Amino acid sequence: MTEDSFTALMLLSTALFVVGLFGVLARRSILIQLLSLEVALAGPSLAFITAGARHADAGGQAMFVMILILAAAEVALGLALYLRLRRTADGTDSDSLSSLRH
Amino acid sequence: MNATFALWAGSLALISALLVVTRASVVHALIWLLVTLLSLSASFFALGASFAGAAQILIYAGAILAVFVFVVMTVDASPKALEQERARLGRAWVPPALVAALVLVPLFAWRGAPGADTAAPMGAAVSATDLGMLLFGPWAAVVEIASGLLLAALMGARHLGRRGKPEGRG
Repeated sequence: MTEDSFTALMLLSTALFVVGLFGVLARRSILIQLLSLEVALAGPSLAFITAGARHADAGGQAMFVMILILAAAEVALGLALYLRLRRTADGTDSDSLSSLRH
Repeated sequence: MNATFALWAGSLALISALLVVTRASVVHALIWLLVTLLSLSASFFALGASFAGAAQILIYAGAILAVFVFVVMTVDASPKALEQERARLGRAWVPPALVAALVLVPLFAWRGAPGADTAAPMGAAVSATDLGMLLFGPWAAVVEIASGLLLAALMGARHLGRRGKPEGRG
């Protein structure tokens, strides 16, 4: 890996995070916002793996494992909340949850 | 380790990520997310992180997306609902795009690391053995905290997913 390709991979991971951030901000459907969060988490994981490969350090992959665990916990809780709330609110519009009341 | 292939696979991931956040149908977004995760895994393999690549396929693309598939079955996918979703995205995409672009602004000031030799190769593949020695040696407390997080998520999901009143006992 040269310095240039390292920089390019880091820019790519930032772009992945920004795409996910855009999805969370622009979409109204709760399920697609959760999918966009997954995209946003993919950016940092690429950055950690790239930095780990650049410095030949296992810490990058270890942080990726932590991101994986975070994503699994987030998806489990997020989808359980979604299934719970769509009985009382409109799942295609996150604004219908803004008052947090039934 | 092949950084050119990693860059190519990463670009593929970026394009499919753009498709994820712009599709109206949840099923299409889910399939493009699968493409994103698999091409990222190819990128990890090319960077010499074979354990991360395998975990990406097995846990992310295999387990986490499977959970999404169960929930997608409950979504209204009628042409009318898709039309409404498309109209919502068409009205409201400009301000979020500007906010997201603001995040990218500091990158335009990037001039590269000072005094770096841009042509010299660097880096090496990291084996799963090294990763295990790190995780179950100096990082053992981190692994314990992560397992606590997973247990809390499991209990929370079970509590929220139960039928009946969520605030009741038993």
